[in-house]
Amino acid sequence: MYGAFFFGNLGAKHTIMINKVVADADVAIADITDGKTLMLGGFGLCGIPENCIKSLVKKGVKELTCISNNAGVDDFGIGLMLQGKQVKKMVASYVGENAEFERQLLSGELEVELIPQGTLATRCLAAGYGMPAIFTPAGVGTEVAEGKEVRNFKGKDYLMEYAFDADFAIVKAWKGDTAGNLIFRSTSRNFNPIMAMAGKITIAEVEELVEVGELDPDHIHTPGIYVHRIFQGKDYEKRIEQRTVRSKA
Amino acid sequence: MALSKEGIAQRIAKEIKDGYYVNLGIGIPTLVANYIPSGINVVLQSENGLLGMGPFPYEGEEDADLINAGKQTITTLPGSVIFDSAMSFGMIRAQKIDLTILGAMEVSENGDIANWKIPGKMVKGMGGAMDLVASAKNIIVAMQHVNKAGESKLLPECSLPLTGVKCIKKIVTELAVLEVLPEGGFKLVERAPGVSVDFIRNATAGKLYADDNVPEMVID
Repeated sequence: MYGAFFFGNLGAKHTIMINKVVADADVAIADITDGKTLMLGGFGLCGIPENCIKSLVKKGVKELTCISNNAGVDDFGIGLMLQGKQVKKMVASYVGENAEFERQLLSGELEVELIPQGTLATRCLAAGYGMPAIFTPAGVGTEVAEGKEVRNFKGKDYLMEYAFDADFAIVKAWKGDTAGNLIFRSTSRNFNPIMAMAGKITIAEVEELVEVGELDPDHIHTPGIYVHRIFQGKDYEKRIEQRTVRSKA
Repeated sequence: MALSKEGIAQRIAKEIKDGYYVNLGIGIPTLVANYIPSGINVVLQSENGLLGMGPFPYEGEEDADLINAGKQTITTLPGSVIFDSAMSFGMIRAQKIDLTILGAMEVSENGDIANWKIPGKMVKGMGGAMDLVASAKNIIVAMQHVNKAGESKLLPECSLPLTGVKCIKKIVTELAVLEVLPEGGFKLVERAPGVSVDFIRNATAGKLYADDNVPEMVID
């Protein structure tokens, strides 16, 4: 019976027809309204969803909670949203490159939760894997542990940290297909695949959008089941924070 | 004579063994890569998602998609591998990294470390430091013995917010190599060339234990 069902109803189409393509960043983020919680992929400025950030700045949504490893620099990335005072709360692990961020934090305009980078990553993973919480030794005995449950396993203390609960995850991939399958390039992968798994709604912008069938199933990093909207990004700046080189001499 | 930053890095490089997977923090630890002895094969981890970090790219060959945890443009090597941030900290938490080298603002005599925050002054965040110190089985702290104000950074107790508790076992400064004793206190293991035990004692606010003949560091 299974064989009959499969070949009769699905096999006949021969192709996955689910199509998650939207026109552009403005359309992709159209239902992001004030007060929402967003996850934004990237490490520093590497692999950030440039197109969606520009659209969020243009749209001017406010009171956002942003979960991202870093907060951009003053004039790029999430820094642009900070300039527009669009962010109410920032959840990040390292924010050292952003003077406006530091100013808003010290003046009390911006609420900030600094958390260990591995905790940030694993709370994304937990959300994408359907697990409510994780246990990590990171932060035990420090101010990060304040108010958190500590459990001892095999003689070592661990903090219980909850899976993230984000309304939207916004990620940037190198290639994607119309069904939302994603491939990342080099270290711009970073938080992108795990955030893609963690959003209630996941938006992916890609450098190259292709038809289904063009990506090798063995090479896909993020299965399209996690991705709700995908679009072909444009005008990527890909700024470099620390340009370090050696001479050929 | 007190060591330069390069000298500290050079001394730490002698702790690296063939086949090690090593995570280098920002600052002096990064310099260690320049002094890995020839004939020793190590794999450098960058916690943004790379094993097998190569040297800086040649001018004109920078790739914005390929950076290290310090956001510097780098290269890969034959055999390098890229992964996501969760796997990166997974291998850290699972103690697959053989040696972690990181900087510190303060270390206490029971092995506590503070290196991420100066209340009211510096708000940068801990990045991956809390994960690294909580899980690494083998951590070396690379730092100056005293701060810019001339105050010891090796203390009875840390005054700054902690990064990790009872996790540091070895420290290399411009003056000395020290071990944190299980019962508390710093044991002087090596002196920088020409630096006396008394000089080191004066620069160490925490308890310092020194044998009669503390050898000088040998730096090739």
